[in-house]
Amino acid sequence: MQLEELAQELAPAIKKYQVDYLEVRLEQSHTSHITYRGRELESMGRAESVGGNVRALVKGGWGFASFNSLDDVPGRMELAVRQARLVGKEESRLAPVEPAVDTVSSRAGQDPVPIPLAEKKEALDEYNEIIWRTPQIQTSTIGYGDGHRKTIFLSSQGSYIVQERDDVMLRVAAVAARDGDVQQVGISVGSRGDFARMKGLHSEVEHLSRRAVDLLAAPRAKGGEYTAVLDPVLAGVFVHEAFGHLSESDFVYENERLQELMALGKQFGCPELNIVDSAALPDLRGSYKYDDEGVPASKTYLIREGELVGRLHSRETAARMGEAATGNARALSYRHPPIVRMSNTYIEPGSVSFEEMIGDIEEGIYAKNWYGGTTSMEMFTFSAGEAYMIRNGKIAEAVRPVVLTGNVFTTLKNIDAIGDDLEMNEGGGCGKGGQVPLPVSNGSPHIRIQHCLVGGR
Amino acid sequence: MEEVLSRAREVAEEAEVFFISAEETQVHFETNRLKHMQSTQQTSLALRLVRDGKIGYAITTAPGNGQALVESALETARFGTVARFQLPAMTSYPSIDVYSADVESVPLEKMIGLGEEMVAAITEHTLGILCAAQVSRGVSSVRLMNSRGGQAQYRKSHFSLAIEGTLINGTDMLFVGDGASSCKPILDSKPVSVNVIQQLELARNQAVIATGAMPVIFTSHGVASALIMPLMAAFNGKTVLEGASPVGRRLGKKVFDSALSLYDDPTLGYRPHSRPCDDEGVPSRRTPLIEAGKVTGFLYDLQTAALAGKQSTGHGGRVQGGLPAPAPSTFVIPPGDAAFEEMVQDMKEGLVVEQLMGAEQGNVLGGDFSGNVLLGYKVENGKIAGRVKNTMVSGNVYQLLKEIAAVGSEARWVGGFLQTPPLYFPRLSVASEGGGA
Repeated sequence: MQLEELAQELAPAIKKYQVDYLEVRLEQSHTSHITYRGRELESMGRAESVGGNVRALVKGGWGFASFNSLDDVPGRMELAVRQARLVGKEESRLAPVEPAVDTVSSRAGQDPVPIPLAEKKEALDEYNEIIWRTPQIQTSTIGYGDGHRKTIFLSSQGSYIVQERDDVMLRVAAVAARDGDVQQVGISVGSRGDFARMKGLHSEVEHLSRRAVDLLAAPRAKGGEYTAVLDPVLAGVFVHEAFGHLSESDFVYENERLQELMALGKQFGCPELNIVDSAALPDLRGSYKYDDEGVPASKTYLIREGELVGRLHSRETAARMGEAATGNARALSYRHPPIVRMSNTYIEPGSVSFEEMIGDIEEGIYAKNWYGGTTSMEMFTFSAGEAYMIRNGKIAEAVRPVVLTGNVFTTLKNIDAIGDDLEMNEGGGCGKGGQVPLPVSNGSPHIRIQHCLVGGR
Repeated sequence: MEEVLSRAREVAEEAEVFFISAEETQVHFETNRLKHMQSTQQTSLALRLVRDGKIGYAITTAPGNGQALVESALETARFGTVARFQLPAMTSYPSIDVYSADVESVPLEKMIGLGEEMVAAITEHTLGILCAAQVSRGVSSVRLMNSRGGQAQYRKSHFSLAIEGTLINGTDMLFVGDGASSCKPILDSKPVSVNVIQQLELARNQAVIATGAMPVIFTSHGVASALIMPLMAAFNGKTVLEGASPVGRRLGKKVFDSALSLYDDPTLGYRPHSRPCDDEGVPSRRTPLIEAGKVTGFLYDLQTAALAGKQSTGHGGRVQGGLPAPAPSTFVIPPGDAAFEEMVQDMKEGLVVEQLMGAEQGNVLGGDFSGNVLLGYKVENGKIAGRVKNTMVSGNVYQLLKEIAAVGSEARWVGGFLQTPPLYFPRLSVASEGGGA
């Protein structure tokens, strides 16, 4: 049965249950992927997936049933309702939203999946050749993936939204080794479906291969406190990890102490600091018209002029905190319920040039590029892909990649310069609650952080 | 399955179909309350074939269109890697207990009750703590058949409990947590809450630790969060074959302290990562990786083993529906003879690491790790003085494991995939905010 036929058949049925709210999400996707380990093609393939889920709300309790057999969707609806009844003991609250009936197509000609695997492989082969031309390279890894997804969202409140989206992602890493010492450098590139963006990365790949080799000879930075300057990529990860996750209201809404800590109106940073999350920006990997609860996307200021002014919501967290829904409930796939997530998160540009920013630093760290990042509420850890010492106002010797860590509240206050050079990074995938990697983008200009704790030996 | 296999055999030299069907139910508690319940039903059918000597592969969650699956696999076989392996013929499998019918019959109400018990125990001990808990049960069935007559089929069940607590005081946040898992129902939640309460007791006071090198104990949780990921990568036959493993050329050599041994064991009864055979139908057996400090083996699937001139160790795993690749099952570090208290008493000033955050972000292959101590305690004159804050440790797993001061006498299960005692090291680099640079 076609997904549309099933959806139309279910549309009247979902209003029949004695529940506070019920939604059904049906999904059809096709994907392709190519991975290399070393010189060898490791895996290449196409996958097809069809499935769906039912989410029911009764007296504040949620039941959720996902399935990939479409034979007994009414049975799965019964199951979700039964679970919600077992859980619910209070009052259901959802922020109001205008039911929408809409169809959002992916941009014509963007679907990257049907492009022949041979064409995709050709681009990757060129990158791998560049890596392997570099002396002292031990191995390489390349991971390419693309997808086209169509979802149909139906709610007991009358929404019927069909959305399509495309995604492309490429990671390339080179590993250099000498005498048991191993160093790895990589890049990630992503796009909302435009395969052309995965092409023409030859000079970037050459640069990262040479850097992996150079790192074998680089010294380690001594651990301790430094003035750190972050490039737009790493600063984007910082804003996502250190601050963005704290703005996700599902952490906050039932937690009075955290509500105090994250009280709107609190000064979190210098007056030049503005942090935004916006799914409404066009054509980025975190962009969409409706979230997975059928709420329209919006541009949300989280910090404006250093002051905490907003946060990200699902319909439930918005209702419980008496704030407006922001359209930030997202699900990785039909296997997961929507949870509060970021979309495109960035620090707005300021007015300081890079030269001014490093000009008066006697000894500091210039940390570039993304390697990874994670957070546990107040504490964050993020890793740079490249690092240099700053000495007497100038970029000096390269050091081994550093891990920066700290307390978000003090670190945000310690940002004392914001650059004029905003760049968005689309190479990331966000993980939360087992739903990873969710397409997002991060961005920032160069920023400077005083008293930043750097790990090393 | 039979239909797909026979269609594939018409156009390919070799073929293998792998079918998995799984149902799971989870009960979630958030902020001390029952929040939601979730069930998932999932099936998938994967086809691997060899045509003109090359591997083709495709997977679908919508079985029923066998011809499309075969065609998709054939398309990829044009570019596929050259198959070096032979699929296993009909063979016998060890009998390993991984299924308990009792799991499916645990009522939803009982699962809710177990979560409520854990939350009650923790919140009664520490006022103001916020707990998230999860109780899960599930069953899966696996079927595999290939063109050489190889066949395997088994059912597996699992049950798990987990709880995490967050205590916020101003801008200070404390994280504690523990869990348990088995293929049998776990109907007593007490051991889990007892462990969490012990963490809370030890973290009651705060202590400032100096910056510098000092002795460090990694608890079982600490070993899991800091040291295991690099070893899992290094002992993977694929990493070894590529020459990227720091231990790859050192088979038979002593690389670690002689107090250290490490096994991968998929044959342990009722462990969630045990199974009678791997995802290619190769029988499960215990594989020694480190014995008394010596490197004794690596993990192989069929293809990697063939390329390396070895035999599969029965570690072919299909991660997220992909082609089989070497994958660990359960890592076991056998216990030593030092009681935890003895190790603590041995330190004048030192650190106990219970949970490290961000350790895996360093240069994993090279063994470098560097992370924030999410939960750790300062030891002063042989006693735990309190919890440390804003503290990082960094080092290299291979340097560290060369010299072990003591291996703990009590091994614990962590995260369902690792059984390890605490490990005590004579020195590690510690950086602390407010501890002097």
